[in-house]
Amino acid sequence: MALHKLSLYELQRKFTAGEVSAAEIVHAYGLRIAHVEPKIRAFVTQTKDQAMAHAEVLDRRLKQWRKTEPLMGMPIAIKDNICTEGVPTTCSSRMLQHFVPPYDATVVAKLRKQEYLLIGKTNLDEFAMGSSTEHSAFGPSRNPWNLQCVPGGSSGGSAAAVAADECVAALGSDTGGSIRQPAAFCGVVGLKPTYGRVSRYGLVAFASSLDQIGPITKDVRDAALLLNVIAGHDPLDSTSADVPVPDYTKALTKKHLKKLRVGVPQEFFTEGLDPDVEGAVKAAISELKNLGGEIKDIELPRTDAAVAVYYVLATAEASSNLARFDGVKFGLRAKETKDLLDLYMKTRQEGFGPEVKRRIMLGTYVLSAGYYDAYYGKAQAVRTMIRQDFETAFKEVDVIVTPATPTPAFKLGEKSEDPLQMYLSDIFTISVNLAGLPAIALPCGVSKSGLPIGMQVIGRPFEEETILRVAHAYEQTTQWHLKKPPIR
Amino acid sequence: MTYEVVIGVEVHAQLRTTSKMFCGCSTTFGASPNSQTCPVCLGLPGSLPVINRAAVEMAVRAGLALNCRINPLNRFARKNYFYPDLPKGYQISQYESPICEQGWVVVTVGSAKKSIRIRRAHLEEDAGKTVHEVGASGSIVDFNRAGTPLLEIVTEPDMRSADEVVSYLKTLRDILMYLDVCDGNMEQGSFRCEPNLSLRPHGAETFGTKVELKNINSFKYVKDAIDYEIKRQTKVLNEGGMVRQETRLWNLERGETVVMRSKEEAHDYRYFPDPDLVPLQLEKDWIERIRATLPELPAAKAARFIRDYGLPEYDAMVLTASRGLADYFERCVTLFGQPKTVSNWVMGELSRELNVAGIDAAYSPLSPERLVELLRLVEQGTISLKVAREIFPELYKSGETAEQLVHEKGLTQVSDEETIGALVDQVVADHAVQVAQFRQGKHQVLGFLVGQVMKASGGKANPGKVNELLKRKLTSSAQ
Repeated sequence: MALHKLSLYELQRKFTAGEVSAAEIVHAYGLRIAHVEPKIRAFVTQTKDQAMAHAEVLDRRLKQWRKTEPLMGMPIAIKDNICTEGVPTTCSSRMLQHFVPPYDATVVAKLRKQEYLLIGKTNLDEFAMGSSTEHSAFGPSRNPWNLQCVPGGSSGGSAAAVAADECVAALGSDTGGSIRQPAAFCGVVGLKPTYGRVSRYGLVAFASSLDQIGPITKDVRDAALLLNVIAGHDPLDSTSADVPVPDYTKALTKKHLKKLRVGVPQEFFTEGLDPDVEGAVKAAISELKNLGGEIKDIELPRTDAAVAVYYVLATAEASSNLARFDGVKFGLRAKETKDLLDLYMKTRQEGFGPEVKRRIMLGTYVLSAGYYDAYYGKAQAVRTMIRQDFETAFKEVDVIVTPATPTPAFKLGEKSEDPLQMYLSDIFTISVNLAGLPAIALPCGVSKSGLPIGMQVIGRPFEEETILRVAHAYEQTTQWHLKKPPIR
Repeated sequence: MTYEVVIGVEVHAQLRTTSKMFCGCSTTFGASPNSQTCPVCLGLPGSLPVINRAAVEMAVRAGLALNCRINPLNRFARKNYFYPDLPKGYQISQYESPICEQGWVVVTVGSAKKSIRIRRAHLEEDAGKTVHEVGASGSIVDFNRAGTPLLEIVTEPDMRSADEVVSYLKTLRDILMYLDVCDGNMEQGSFRCEPNLSLRPHGAETFGTKVELKNINSFKYVKDAIDYEIKRQTKVLNEGGMVRQETRLWNLERGETVVMRSKEEAHDYRYFPDPDLVPLQLEKDWIERIRATLPELPAAKAARFIRDYGLPEYDAMVLTASRGLADYFERCVTLFGQPKTVSNWVMGELSRELNVAGIDAAYSPLSPERLVELLRLVEQGTISLKVAREIFPELYKSGETAEQLVHEKGLTQVSDEETIGALVDQVVADHAVQVAQFRQGKHQVLGFLVGQVMKASGGKANPGKVNELLKRKLTSSAQ
């Protein structure tokens, strides 16, 4: 079997056993990338050459002294809003097109410590604002299942790269669904950890109270393997939680779901839900029942308010987070400016794309004197109620299962002119960020048009083990994850 | 028409932490530009702040000393505005729940005491410095100061004159320096004050329109700027005009205030809770442990000096203005007694030298032990007070003991009657006119004659003895 088709777990075993060298791995992935990348365009920056140099050093050392780490020699892609020392981190924005961070994000430092191989930085909607990668300043990525379709977003490059076997696994970030929605669109596994489970240090902030880094992988076990490495308290991130990190792969031993209560919120199965998606997710729920799960109808009454609340809070935080891109210290600086105000205005005019500008304006507005209470204050209050809805539900059930997205992947250009339609593609994922909960998206079917369908399993705070267990048990019986996109 | 002036003050005090408010960079003043920076205080994409515990502790110390209520739940907020020396495009500050609230401090103006209420004191980070070099095509920014912890202390509008403001500022500065939470250096900007004032007719209950003053870096300029502003506003009002709500800068060269920005140009700071920092809980026990370590503050110390040492109020105030000076004084009194004598020396000779050198008594090259030795020589009559004063500057600088110095210079006081008697006889013989005047009852000339004897002794004669012998000679010979 070609190396690029292996899962992280399988590749790891081959590498640890000495059956394959790091250089051979990089070589295989290099060929694969050269073959499919012109069609997919998952990467903003490719780092095959550095990866090969690193691989050769690794291989020489391993000949002297055979000591490996779980991610050693594994070709992993990183979303381009996560800082990598010495490698450009553009956020797919003209503003940071030439920005090379002088430091590693904490998650990258953790991978580097295990001597992973950075294979490239992946495309995203500019500053992670979008659901299709069409808002990338460097052009959209394509869905490996259908090149006319978007890969989803904002972590569309990471999801497409994993689905097209251009890397063995990837990191994404999720503010309102940016890991789970593209994972669902590309037929791979995407895990958004509990808010505070993974350090945000070095993740270029979009909405600080919602952002979370997580793995995008070929199967559930791989997600657990990657989470094992990136999770944990970070003294550099005050919002990271000091909660012990278990070995997440230990949660994957049980094959049944006996005594596990599965909640199904009726609010997620209403009009607007694609019939193929509805059918696939309902079939998946039956499968969970077959595995021993106890299915319960639950209510999440404020679900309909989530998108509105999100677009007030996330844009408010974004308007402040993006203020540092002013042309003074790093990133783009507009040329031929008259004075300070002109420098600010031209730099931000040239540096930001239309969606980023739209959100900065929205966020500035909702925080303005006289409007704060009506928008930001109100949204915070409703956010608390949404969180309480989940708390109430989790008294009755152990996990909640929903569709990951209302439809399979849409076509390029289909929604890019209509921001509201685009925002609604995250309708099933957003409330999870507002409540700070862990959730995993995994394949559960294929639509009539041949596109993957994803389901979402939501858990209680810091109960990643539970959702991984459910996802893994399901994956083992159905094998949807083994379906590969037609791209060769 | 004359008006009553109503003044409130905002002070930005730099806290003396070794590292910055939200990162580990050094806060040392004067390092080469941008050498004390990191991704956090430069606001690089992806960096995150972490609260410096030492800064929180210093803020609590200050709050307790200012009789404030300490908020158990602290939130940090973002104050959003654009400026080149503000790295993130927002300043992390506190808005809705400042760490300290509702305190007061007693100040003395003339002989009157007055309580000034503290509305709030909150923690925030300082900005960098924008430098406009003459002839340069642009400006340059030094971020060394960016992220230095500040305590912003805001009063209620309780002051009614420039003198009250200066007294409040001096008292506040003394307290912060006593607590060792601020070095109080106004020129380097560690203690920055921004008064705001308005006028109203005497007896009126509502406030007039407020003007804020900035760019004031000494107590003298505080007074000058406020007095100027009172005159300016009085003139505006008396001419039937309206005072405009604005921020004005003190222009030192012109000795006047000039408009910086009007109310219309004021920023909408769009404050909101900083999502990068979780609310900070302060345990009651922790606050109480800090309270237990507070030093005796200037006002309490002054009262004790008056009570226990019998010092005049003036001496007590001067000596307690700095913790170093007060400690110096008390050490001398412990060694020597005679508080008033010690006070005279510490406030006089010692302070003069310290002021010239610009150092605090805590770092005086002349130790209390060596000063007391000098005082002992005077007390024992080995040297005169005059000689002691004359050799003081050298004693201060030399590092020798007083005894060595007196011995080397041959300055030991002459007290024996035979030697002095001979000099007295000579002076009386040489100044027949003055002696005659004295005997006719014009006793003022005695001083002149004493001076002549002292001069003849080369300053070494014991003046008391000279006085005594001269009087005896003049009166006895007359009989």
